[in-house]
Amino acid sequence: MSETKNEAALEALARNDRYEWGFSSAVDQEFAPKGLNEDIVRFISAKKGEPEWMLEWRLEAYKRWLEMEMPHWAKLKLPEIDYQDAYYYAAPKAKPKIESLDEIDPEIRKTYEKLGIPIEEQKVLAGVSGAREVAVDAVFDSVSVATTFREKLQEVGVIFLSISEAIKTYPELVKRYLGRVVPVRDNYFSALNSAVFSDGTFVYIPEGVRCPMELSTYFRINAANTGQFERTLIVADKGAYVSYLEGCTAPQRDENQLHAAVVEIFVHEEAEVRYSTVQNWYPGDENGKGGIYNFVTKRALCDGARSKVSWTQVETGSAITWKYPSCILKGEESVGEFYSVALTNNYQQADTGTKMIHIGKNSRSTIISKGISAGHSDNTYRGLVKVGGAAENVRNFTRCDSLLIGDKCGAHTVPYIEVRNPSAKVEHEATTSKISDDELFYARQRGLNEDEAVALIVNGFARDVLQKLPMEFAIEAQKLLGISLEGAVG
Amino acid sequence: MSKMLEIRNLRAEVDNKQILKGLNLEIGAGEIHAIMGPNGAGKSTLSYVLSGKPGYTVTDGSARFMGKDLLAMEPHERAAAGLFLGFQYPVEIAGVSNLHFLRAAANAQRKTRGEEELSAGEFIKIASKEAKALGINPEMLKRPVNVGFSGGEKKRNEMMQMAVLQPKLAILDETDSGLDIDALRIVSESINRVMRRPDRSVLLITHYQRLLDHVKPDFVHVLVKGQIVRSGGAELALELEREGYGELVA
Repeated sequence: MSETKNEAALEALARNDRYEWGFSSAVDQEFAPKGLNEDIVRFISAKKGEPEWMLEWRLEAYKRWLEMEMPHWAKLKLPEIDYQDAYYYAAPKAKPKIESLDEIDPEIRKTYEKLGIPIEEQKVLAGVSGAREVAVDAVFDSVSVATTFREKLQEVGVIFLSISEAIKTYPELVKRYLGRVVPVRDNYFSALNSAVFSDGTFVYIPEGVRCPMELSTYFRINAANTGQFERTLIVADKGAYVSYLEGCTAPQRDENQLHAAVVEIFVHEEAEVRYSTVQNWYPGDENGKGGIYNFVTKRALCDGARSKVSWTQVETGSAITWKYPSCILKGEESVGEFYSVALTNNYQQADTGTKMIHIGKNSRSTIISKGISAGHSDNTYRGLVKVGGAAENVRNFTRCDSLLIGDKCGAHTVPYIEVRNPSAKVEHEATTSKISDDELFYARQRGLNEDEAVALIVNGFARDVLQKLPMEFAIEAQKLLGISLEGAVG
Repeated sequence: MSKMLEIRNLRAEVDNKQILKGLNLEIGAGEIHAIMGPNGAGKSTLSYVLSGKPGYTVTDGSARFMGKDLLAMEPHERAAAGLFLGFQYPVEIAGVSNLHFLRAAANAQRKTRGEEELSAGEFIKIASKEAKALGINPEMLKRPVNVGFSGGEKKRNEMMQMAVLQPKLAILDETDSGLDIDALRIVSESINRVMRRPDRSVLLITHYQRLLDHVKPDFVHVLVKGQIVRSGGAELALELEREGYGELVA
């Protein structure tokens, strides 16, 4: 861990506010009528000016969704969700098309400034020495409000824009890949998302191109009673490489809000995609009131030989998290990785993990999961390692560590291992420990206050995963772990 | 000038069991005191009570540290005020490098005292200097705190922390146990080098004369059943070494 990272983390710890992203912005917005039906799906599609095929796709998804039921197999106490009591589309009232980044609504600009998200290119360029350029797609409620560095990326052929624009500008490309990795009827939430997704990001890295900068999408839920259903589609063509970051926050509100995203990653031969998430949706208050319901389907298809996908996630937010970023390792010698830190406090519930589906020969996967539970929260790792009959010489290594803080929280590890080929080598290690009083006292005797001591120990526990994050994200993640646990001990 | 440490009639219990039973002790600035005594007399309990470990309840008496009410302070405030405890069994912290831990501690103390924090550069300079003085391999500073360290390495690491944090009062709980002859010499040298100063004091908790051969105490106390039953100069330790606790424990 570098010293600057630690400094930033400790600085953050000095602050008292627990959820500093909880403000909301006064932006003039336009909503779809409340509720969900075919007309709403048509409304969203029309608002986006979508082609007919897209509308048909959505309507088909809506029909599928109606036939499906909400899944209840996760270790989550799921409340009844009234799908008719939410808005499915909220967009800032602004010019239909922004010509330049200068035309962004100042309130929205301020929001992103407050969040520390660079949506002005020059800011990044003129930034502190050593700061890398990061291209940002900023999604505000249902629409993308800004995408930076597009021209620079276009020079090397990288397509990075909102999915709404992509549907219009690159219909063939979108048509070819949309729903390939996560089919519409994959699950209840993917069907719902397919029907009503309002925006998200589309990335295409052409053959042999190493994307010259990190790409990121920053999701912000602002409007009340609004669901956010974003759709991300990333395609890495042969031999391409991209590192992609995703961040999310939401205002502090008493009512729960639904977030059901779908992320699809298609990886061709010898291509590599690294996908990092710092998920910090509003988790609800200390009594479990409010917070985001986060039902997310993320999946990558390693289609070509020697393709590689790496998921890294730090999950500190949301009242309920239901999320299993997965890899289908179809290509020979393809590689899937999943690195996760999931922290729950107060009354948060998380059921998260991964699926590694080995189809290709000599495919390999690594799973490192670190669960931290505090307060009255429940934290479950659920992971599947599946080896198909034709997949020779598969390797998997899984390590799940759980850390408990206090005696009212729960940590659960639910590994599923299905092996149909005898040559496979699958390893699973799991540990559960409590944060020890001796460790805490040792750190306090050296001068750290209780919250700082907890943050230090928890960051040490999560280190293997935090190291996998790009530098800027690692700082944010370290801060978050500390802030999310303030007052958790004692 | 006020005393470094003034303990009056201190009574404390752990798990409802009375361990300290009216202990009195005064330590002046610039003095080195040694506490000896049989197992179970309350030596470690005294060190934990003074440093504020949760679970150790003071039922009566007082302890003042440079004139301030020590018992009213949080553990980290005591540390920032200059109280350092060298642990008998230093704790392992996985995933946190020694260097990071030390810098976090040094800067947390500075913050509590309202001082400017050390920059990475300043800190590394100080840490490298102290590591060198203690014969600590710089690679060890990058390893997680005490993880996989031998007993001797852990104790040396405690001395490293003491040297970087520069406390006013160091309570060293059996810092000499588990050390071979060379390590004992290195540890003793660092106690003398860092703490043998007119404005600093040391409370050594030990079973053996051999540490006191290297770190000469100004006062020696015998703790038995939660009370100091006898005090004297350096010669008292030699007498105990020769004759044992004998009648003192009866």
